[in-house]
Amino acid sequence: MKFGVVVFPGSNCDQDCVRVVRDVIRQPVAILWHQDTSLQGVEAIIIPGGFSYGDYLRTGAIAHLSPIMQAIKSFAEDGGLVLGICNGFQILLESGLLPGAMMRNTGLRFICRTVPLRVERVDTVWTNKCQKGQIIHLPIAHNEGRYIRDPQPHESLAEQVVFRYEGTNPNGSEEAIAGLMNRAGNVLGMMPHPERAAEDVLGNTDGRLIFESMLTAHANA
Amino acid sequence: MKAQVYITLKDGLLDVQGKTVKSALDELGFKGVAQVRMGKYIEIDLAEAKPGAARQEVERMCQKLLANPIIEAYRVEVK
Amino acid sequence: MMKGKSAHRGMGSARTVVRSGARAGQDEALLHKVARSHNLSDDEFAHIVKVLGREPTLTEVGIFGVMYSEHCSYCSSKPYLKTLPTSGARILVPAGKENAGVVDLGDGLAVAFKCESHNHPSAVEPVQGAATGVGGIIRDIFTMGARPIALLDSLRFGPLSEARTRFLFQGVVKGISDYGNAVGVPTVGGEIYFDAGYRENPLVNVMCIGLVDPKQLARAAAKGVGNPVLYVGSSTGRDGLGGASFASRELAEGDADRPAVQIGDPFTEKCLIEATLEALATGEVAGIQDMGAAGLTCSTAEMPAKAGTGMEIEISLVPRREEGMTPYEVMLSESQERMLLVVKKGKQAQIQQIFAKWGLNAVAIGTVTDTQRLCVKDQGIVVADIPVKALTDDAPVYQRPVKEPAYLAKVKTWSPKSLSVPSDYNAALLKLLGSPTIANKAFVYEQYDHMVQTNTTLLPGRGDAALLRLNKPDKYLAATIDGNGRYCYLDPYEGGKAVVAEAARNLVCVGAQPLAVTDCLNFGSPKDPEIMWQFKECVRGLAEACQAFDTPVTGGNVSLYNESGGQAIDPTPIVGMVGLLEGKPLSAAFQQDGDAVILLGETREELGGSEYLSVIHGQRAGLPPRVDLRAEKALQQFMLDAHRSGWLQSAHDCSEGGLAVTLAECCIMDERQRHGVAIELSDEAVRMARRADALLFGESTGRIVVSCRPEQVDRVMMFAKRRGVPASRIGWVGGSQLTIGTWLSTSVEALNTQWRSGLQQALTTPRAHGRAR
Repeated sequence: MKFGVVVFPGSNCDQDCVRVVRDVIRQPVAILWHQDTSLQGVEAIIIPGGFSYGDYLRTGAIAHLSPIMQAIKSFAEDGGLVLGICNGFQILLESGLLPGAMMRNTGLRFICRTVPLRVERVDTVWTNKCQKGQIIHLPIAHNEGRYIRDPQPHESLAEQVVFRYEGTNPNGSEEAIAGLMNRAGNVLGMMPHPERAAEDVLGNTDGRLIFESMLTAHANA
Repeated sequence: MKAQVYITLKDGLLDVQGKTVKSALDELGFKGVAQVRMGKYIEIDLAEAKPGAARQEVERMCQKLLANPIIEAYRVEVK
Repeated sequence: MMKGKSAHRGMGSARTVVRSGARAGQDEALLHKVARSHNLSDDEFAHIVKVLGREPTLTEVGIFGVMYSEHCSYCSSKPYLKTLPTSGARILVPAGKENAGVVDLGDGLAVAFKCESHNHPSAVEPVQGAATGVGGIIRDIFTMGARPIALLDSLRFGPLSEARTRFLFQGVVKGISDYGNAVGVPTVGGEIYFDAGYRENPLVNVMCIGLVDPKQLARAAAKGVGNPVLYVGSSTGRDGLGGASFASRELAEGDADRPAVQIGDPFTEKCLIEATLEALATGEVAGIQDMGAAGLTCSTAEMPAKAGTGMEIEISLVPRREEGMTPYEVMLSESQERMLLVVKKGKQAQIQQIFAKWGLNAVAIGTVTDTQRLCVKDQGIVVADIPVKALTDDAPVYQRPVKEPAYLAKVKTWSPKSLSVPSDYNAALLKLLGSPTIANKAFVYEQYDHMVQTNTTLLPGRGDAALLRLNKPDKYLAATIDGNGRYCYLDPYEGGKAVVAEAARNLVCVGAQPLAVTDCLNFGSPKDPEIMWQFKECVRGLAEACQAFDTPVTGGNVSLYNESGGQAIDPTPIVGMVGLLEGKPLSAAFQQDGDAVILLGETREELGGSEYLSVIHGQRAGLPPRVDLRAEKALQQFMLDAHRSGWLQSAHDCSEGGLAVTLAECCIMDERQRHGVAIELSDEAVRMARRADALLFGESTGRIVVSCRPEQVDRVMMFAKRRGVPASRIGWVGGSQLTIGTWLSTSVEALNTQWRSGLQQALTTPRAHGRAR
């Protein structure tokens, strides 16, 4: 399964994602530069974490206007898999591919910590290797992780929540939402970093479940 | 023309920074501060010389980039 | 070639210093005013006239002024820095030759690393001061062609009960966090001390580490006559220009005589990292240096000096973000995120394209010449023309007078005879654990992204040093940053040794072989003979220890004049040390109930300079613990061999707070698993320490607490004996209490709560006095 990892000026976690795809789940991976319009035939796209455009103005606000995002929007509308991690999640929100918005953590401080998450749905591309209600531990590292639902909601979001923070809510996210997918289930945004927990040497492999789920879903498709 | 854009959090949304600033003001002894809401102030120098056209242009800027319509409201002043 | 005063009046820029029609006399008065504001002495001015063969122009005064400043020339410290050992088998770049030191790690990898201070700016504006400190040191690393992979920081503040300290502390942490996180380099380790002496003069020392293929090291020499000189990065503004600058232009009424605070832009820096590494990978860059202190001046002087060439630049080509900047201002500006490149002739466009891709300026502003002079033109008119050696190698060096400080007499005679022992050792331990210097620092390091780049193997707080994985399984780079101002105040020489010894101990505690050192020497005014004596003695201690441990000094930084109101900071040499682990990481916390606890090293009656003395008794006195370099080296070697043999479960260096604090930390520092421990100390140990408080809280050096499986105890003990390392089995891991003899017994929960809440408690208890600003 060919993956594409998007790189904006200011992306930080792109190489971390490339490393997991290439060396851990051993799949082909291409870099998608923000100015490109071609997706190079990838079957899944990862928008990695970082501080695209310095998070200036609003996090993800400028990145979502890049040429590559047009192609990604069409790709997503056609059912292509898109995983947005941290800044990637913020970019998906700004681009409208996921509902809602992100604000500053209620503690007003950057938080870098491994936190427990509850897996809410396992019948998804992203979590079919997990058990329902399973608690996994993934690192978060962000200043703006407080998820806000669109104040003009039309339908319930409940079906779309994939991960919730378990126990203490580290950033004040509404309904403790840590990861959310679109109605079709092919676009996932999550604040925690699965790519930081995919290798034994780093002491935590819970993140590998998400990548392996993607592979399983693809194989069964 | 010079445009001044005020971007504020929509009413009803919890403004944690505003709350923190209010606490600090209270601590400093300022009485009667009912509320503090924080936003952004942006100044834009435009080549466009007609106020009407300038305002329209800046409002489009707000819609496309400067404000997030889900959580922010904007107000434009042009001189 | 210029002659006499015509050169001075010939400055073409619109906002020249001199009002039109001014007389020669007024020019000269201004010249001397600017010279004085740069702290150029009359002797130095005369020297400049001699070097140039004429009076300098205003721009030249500025250039000499910054290049002769302590910060750039190391004029007071050079004679002593020369005594530090700098050579070694793994050293790829000799100290002082390039922007950072480089050490070979084998397997096609080398580590570039350096430490730098940003103390004075952080005292003015802590967020931006710390942020730009981080930015600056990162540039020193990637200018070598190394990808920055980690940051560590060593911070010093006044008492946390004071509003100003809280302001500075929170600002500095925010600055490091904002910049480091955005630029994508993890902050993986560090230390923070709170002491009254740093009240007005906080210390912000930042160390950066990068990895590079030794075959692709970039150099800072301006090689190749005729090669174009490229300015890349942010536009130039009036950042960092201060009193001297305001003296150099006609001021509007009411301009504040305060330097424009330098603002860091981590987004631009991240783009600069990527663009620079990409450009260097083409092989078409002949030389490169970052523009740090003294900005364009420093790089345009040092690069040709290193190559034996010269450089000519046209200053009007420099991208600016302010109107009406004079050549003086452009040369001295400290705007951030800028680099100077010397590109191979004909390859300019290729390099410029790379920077354009990343949205950065890349402008040709000059050429490398063979004149061995720095020639600066403004729209064709020469405004500065100086032999580069005069600015660099031949800059004045001073042999400042030294005098042993008077206060040392009292220090030497202090004794704990009149010191009472605690009536409640449990309370004393809890107080120490909760004191800001010792308390858990998660509040700080959780504001730093310490995981980005996915190399961080030992998370902050889990081991005595940071560990970063390398390009091969079971191969890691270890790093630590350490200092102890109080020890160095009470005994500069022993203190200097102690700092290096602690750094090395921290590395061996994670299983890593110490390799090399970078230093940051923070002192008061070199014009004070007593402080200069402290400097001399600290360097003597550092040099001796680095020699004994075979950890050469690859480079570093000196920060002097850290004082206000005549009160200088404690002499605070900071040591950053890197090491190599080929094997499995070793953690600091106890791992398993039933493990044996072994204390390596000996505890003597050495309460001088201890945290215990300071926190419990409110005293700063006595000689600090002695350092036996041979014993330290034997201990290091023992640790590495014992770990390699697989005998050890954990290792934690004994430092601030002594044995009791160390044991408590072993019980509680890993939040995933807490263990109790039952300790019995032998009669012999009690006799040697003479006092119970010295035994429990004294900070004798050369001690490490290790744990091992019961079946390994005999092996470990016999091996220690063979190596001449004192060792005693002092207890067993288990239960829910920390018990030491009959002196103390506290629940691990209580210790944990106190340790983890100490810092935040100190931050939130009602302020002692004053407001933040």
